[in-house]
Amino acid sequence: MPGIGGRFSTVMKAKISKLLDKAEDPGETLDYSYQKQLESLQQVKKGIADVVTAKKRLQMQSEKLEQSVVKLDTQARQALAAGQEDLARTALERKTLAQTELQTLDTQVQQLETQQEQLTENEKKLRAKIENFRTKKEVIKAQYSAAEAQVRISEAATGVGEQMADIGLAMQRAQDKTEQMRARADAVQELEAAGTFDDLTALGPGEDDIDKQLRELSTGSQVDDELAKMKAELGSGAPTEPAQIEKESGA
Amino acid sequence: MIVRISTEAQYEVPADQVDRLNALDNACVEAVEAGDEAKFHETYDAMLELVRKGAQLEDDDLHGSELILPPPDLSFAEAGETFTGDGLIPD
Repeated sequence: MPGIGGRFSTVMKAKISKLLDKAEDPGETLDYSYQKQLESLQQVKKGIADVVTAKKRLQMQSEKLEQSVVKLDTQARQALAAGQEDLARTALERKTLAQTELQTLDTQVQQLETQQEQLTENEKKLRAKIENFRTKKEVIKAQYSAAEAQVRISEAATGVGEQMADIGLAMQRAQDKTEQMRARADAVQELEAAGTFDDLTALGPGEDDIDKQLRELSTGSQVDDELAKMKAELGSGAPTEPAQIEKESGA
Repeated sequence: MIVRISTEAQYEVPADQVDRLNALDNACVEAVEAGDEAKFHETYDAMLELVRKGAQLEDDDLHGSELILPPPDLSFAEAGETFTGDGLIPD
């Protein structure tokens, strides 16, 4: 069998041996390793808690956006029924944007969910390995000579070390992802703060900057389609003169 | 051969599957060198599937892995740093 190379394995193995090369006395090495293992288990628990917090924040944002979507849809209908097509269009544009953000958020929540499960599963493995190491540690201390103990320690510690390095990597990836999501969540919050998803009736007269930006952001055709559909639904009873401006493509 | 899929688990891959694993490893390198992202993901997924067919090690097993594969959600950019030269398994 060929030796195992590859940058990835090399980096991982370097990390593991660094974990092991701490002390010289076998008994000390064992206790020190075990101590380090328990510490890293605490770190893992903290890491998982961070992921859960990030996920909850995204879920809350997602719920708020869902409410906005419903509200904006209602407003679009009301505006259209009252013959205010411009207002209806604005509401639909905002709804489209809210829906897009909602989709992104939901995807991110799912990704975090997966990472949380993965970390929890890995934590379980690490805990089991540490527990096994603790048992082995006492046996090694009691039964082996210093030289032999050294070999046994590195055998026993390799499994734990590898698991720790692996969880470290999983946490790193989860953190990178939550960082990206935090940036995204902040952007959504800024839109919220700017009143993008707010009650349209609370809006002052005329267009503001948000509306101009929205017009550029939201795909015109989707808004046109939805507007047309809404008109058709309302069409039967409402006193609106059906303006037959069927645009081919809005954007 | 004990193989770890990073962030996932360790598996015992039967010795007679190692050549196949090596072939897929080399195919990953080729796909990366050719800049073929779709081909890379297809090949790397096949590599992961092959490993997952092996028996998963017990949680408290203290054996180290002979081969450590990158995480399953490896991006193509990350693959560029990992799958180079002889790949993960030297020929």
